[in-house]
Amino acid sequence: MRDVFVAGIGITSFGRLEYPLAEIAAYPAMMAMQDSGVSSVDQVYVANMGGARLNHQTALASAVVDTLSLTPAGAATIENGPASGAAAIKEGFLAVASGMHDVVLVTGAERMREVNALDATDFVATLTHPIAEYIYGVTLPAHAAMFTRLYMDKYGVTERHLAMVGVKNQNNAMRNEFAHLQQPITIDGVLDSPEAFTNNPFVAEPLRFFDCCPVSDGGACIMLVSADVMKGLDRPAVRLAGVGQATDSHTVAEREDPTELPAVRLAAAQSFGMAGVEPQDIDVAELHDAFTILEIAESEEVGFFAKGEGHLALEKGETELGGVMPINVSGGLKGRGHPVGATGIAQAYEIVHQLRGEAGDRQVADARIGFTCNFGGFGNNVLALTFVREG
Amino acid sequence: MSVDLEKTLRPVESPMVPYPAKYMMLASGETMVIRQATRDEIPTLLEYVEPLMRVERDYYDCVASRVYSELLGWYRYRVQDEYVLVAQIDGELAAIVNGRQVTPTLGMSLHTLALRRGLRVGAHAFAAKMEYHIDILDHDEVLVVAESPIGFRRWMIEYQLAERFETPHELGGVPSYALTRELFDRARAKLVVGRRPVPAELLAKAEEAILPPSDPPTPPMDALAATRAAYDATGTALIQQRRRQEREVDHA
Repeated sequence: MRDVFVAGIGITSFGRLEYPLAEIAAYPAMMAMQDSGVSSVDQVYVANMGGARLNHQTALASAVVDTLSLTPAGAATIENGPASGAAAIKEGFLAVASGMHDVVLVTGAERMREVNALDATDFVATLTHPIAEYIYGVTLPAHAAMFTRLYMDKYGVTERHLAMVGVKNQNNAMRNEFAHLQQPITIDGVLDSPEAFTNNPFVAEPLRFFDCCPVSDGGACIMLVSADVMKGLDRPAVRLAGVGQATDSHTVAEREDPTELPAVRLAAAQSFGMAGVEPQDIDVAELHDAFTILEIAESEEVGFFAKGEGHLALEKGETELGGVMPINVSGGLKGRGHPVGATGIAQAYEIVHQLRGEAGDRQVADARIGFTCNFGGFGNNVLALTFVREG
Repeated sequence: MSVDLEKTLRPVESPMVPYPAKYMMLASGETMVIRQATRDEIPTLLEYVEPLMRVERDYYDCVASRVYSELLGWYRYRVQDEYVLVAQIDGELAAIVNGRQVTPTLGMSLHTLALRRGLRVGAHAFAAKMEYHIDILDHDEVLVVAESPIGFRRWMIEYQLAERFETPHELGGVPSYALTRELFDRARAKLVVGRRPVPAELLAKAEEAILPPSDPPTPPMDALAATRAAYDATGTALIQQRRRQEREVDHA
């Protein structure tokens, strides 16, 4: 396989975007082309989960490639639940690595705030098993709540640990001008004050409001190119060095141990193996914290911390900006937002931004190797990417 | 024979027990004071409400226009038995709520206008308004309607209001819902917060001046902005457009 580099990146503000879905995908692509200086594109992949259902927009890639005036380049939409973004990056990686294409744009977009929060929650719940889960009213917050309760019982994670993740990530988002939530929160305000129970009510016990990511619109893009193309560009060379993907049972109840996330573990191991690095080599990571418990659990499954000890590392401040293993310095899904189809690409955007040393106030010092975990379903389709700064 | 026309037009106000100020901590760790506004403070509130009349999102335009009229009406003695509560964070205006006493046992909720978003500021202010009606004014029930989906979530869903469809609400003449004492008692533990008395220094700061909101709701971005912008590197075109619109609102 050929080496694959990230030549350009782009992102929109996350939050509520009042322009069409195709433009939410096109904006960051324009930015990535501007960033790289490359305007001739062989293939466009568009990651999206809800266009047909939420925005009455099918064949999104056809709309995007034309919006970008990139016809007759190839174009395809990738739908893989909340892991659509990283799944599209994988397709882009394969296209370049195989030698089929030299320049591939991988852009992702979601416009979820076209519907109300109840409908958005129902839309995401359609990724669950239709007969074994969905018809009984299972939602993603409900899945995450059951997982959290088991995790608390087994490993001693408390509501305070969950709140610590929420506070860390939402406050990290304050350093990210594109983040959805631009409002700091405190442990006092969401957990300890007499008003905390009302400020931060249960969504699905034991998960509270500030344990859950917001419903966001947003788009993000990375441009993948071959080594030959990269050589001609005046941009820092960041290589997509490792790609891993693994799946697990569709129905969570069928898992041998519901507190284990083997797809996360396997995807990360594949990604690290391909890149030739170990978890301890990672300088900065973006993990899929759709719910605060997931940051803790994924940080263990990918190998940053021993199983059951992620919350202890959190207590020591190891996952903060400036800690030994900074996680979600962009704000993560919790603070930056979670436009589902775009999230995996937004994670990659942040890592490339960090490895280039362009992340400003949230820059992780001397970051050279970065990692993303994009978690689809409730852990049933997971992608892990490892990026390395060359030179 | 001369006629005192003003005396004829001006409603005779009923005595109403004042709302005792309270304070609370928000999720951000900031402290918010909710207190009764005085008539003298209405011109200041009008100044802050007026720009929101052009914010065409989440019914801010509709609600702000009506609140403006209700505040002005009260200021000029043209509304019967109205009251206004304000929520302030570090002196800054965070929310305005108002209502009316219809009879000694019936309240009419008018509006809830939140100027800070994402911290349940509007929900806390609405709860204070209901507390005023039920606990302080001793009303048996308060007639309520929602004009926005946000209001629907905050009042209809969270308080599970009773139907009073035979009674048109003063806002738009639509069928009323009602918060009864029983419903309020049921919601009290979950939704109604606040501590009293407010520390003297905190209350003095709030009463000294109602400062303008530092991050008020702004008009939506032009749907065609994306098409017009040559490049939206880092969303800059949209951010710039938003700032331009904010300046236009400020200058209007």
